[in-house]
Amino acid sequence: MIDYILQPWPWYVTGPLIALVMFTLIYFGKTFGMSSNLRTFCALGGAGKKVSFFNINWRDYKWNLIVVLGAVIGGFIAQFYLSEPTNIDLNPKTIESLNALGFNNVGKSLLPPELYSLDSIFTIKNLAILIIGGFLVGFGTRYAGGCTSGHAITGISSLQLPSLIAVIGFFIGGLVMIHLLFPLIFG
Amino acid sequence: MKYLKFLLVGIFFGIVLVKSEAVSWYRIYEMFKFESFHMYGIIGSAVLTGILLLQIAKILKLKNIEGTQVNVPKKDMGLTRYIVGGSIFGLGWALSGACPGPMYILVGTGVFSMLIVIAAAIFGTYIYGVLKDKLPH
Repeated sequence: MIDYILQPWPWYVTGPLIALVMFTLIYFGKTFGMSSNLRTFCALGGAGKKVSFFNINWRDYKWNLIVVLGAVIGGFIAQFYLSEPTNIDLNPKTIESLNALGFNNVGKSLLPPELYSLDSIFTIKNLAILIIGGFLVGFGTRYAGGCTSGHAITGISSLQLPSLIAVIGFFIGGLVMIHLLFPLIFG
Repeated sequence: MKYLKFLLVGIFFGIVLVKSEAVSWYRIYEMFKFESFHMYGIIGSAVLTGILLLQIAKILKLKNIEGTQVNVPKKDMGLTRYIVGGSIFGLGWALSGACPGPMYILVGTGVFSMLIVIAAAIFGTYIYGVLKDKLPH
C-alpha cells in the first residue's frame, strides 16, 4: 500500500479526486477557483483605493486564502513525505524535443532547473521568462474570469458554454507558445 | 475552527496535484505536444466525475452546509473575453508551466523561485483591473 502512495498516482485516481475537491468546496457553499486569490491579494495590498475592481472586502475571500495556505502545506507533505525520487514517465519524444531546446535534466524533477533553480533565475532572460509567464497567467485568468480550476473543472462540470470557450482559448495560447514561440525563445 | 475544513481541503488538493504530476512544467509541455494521455486523462476524468457529482446533487436536491441548494456560480455569457483572456492565460501557462493552483503548491515543494511568478501574476491581475473598462469583453 505504502508503495502505491509513494509512487506517482495514475490519472484515473487523481482526476476524480480533483473533482471531489471541487464538489467539497461547492458543498461548503463556496466555489473552486484558484485565480480569484490573485484578485484578493491585490485587494489585500490596498489596490481597491485606486482601482474599483479591487474594491472588495478581502475577508469575504479569506476561506480561499486558507485553501491556498493548505495547498502549500499539501505540496510540502506530498514532496517530502509521500514521494520517493522517481523520474517523470514522459514520452521519449517529449524528452528528445526538450533536449533539442536545451533542457538536459528532463523529468528528473517537477520543473526544469534551467528555468527554476536558484542558480539560473538571476539571468535577465530567465527572470524575464518567469515574470512574463506569471504576468500572462495573472492578466489572462482575470480577463477570462477563471483558470483551470474555475473553467476547465468547475465550469465544464456544470455544463457552462463560456467555460468551454475559455478552455479552447487556453489551448490556443498553449499551442502557440509551445509550437511557435518555444523554438524562438529556447532554440 | 470555521476555517479548518478549508485548510484540510487545500492540503488534500496540494497532495493530489503533486502526486498526479499535474504541477510539472514537463507534463504541461507534453500535453500541448499531444504526446501523452496523462493530462487529458486527469482533466477528462475530473470533468466526468464532476458532472456526475453535480447531477446527482441536483437530482437529490442536495443542500450545502449553509442550508441552501447546492449551486455553481454562473459565468457571464460572452466570447471575446473567454477566447482572448483564455489565450493570454494559455501562453503564460505553457511558458511558466504553472496555473494559479500549482504556483502555490510548487512553493510548498521547495521551488522558491515560483514566488517571482506569483508576484508577476498578482501584478498581471492588477493591470487587468486597471484596464478592465477599456478592454472588450
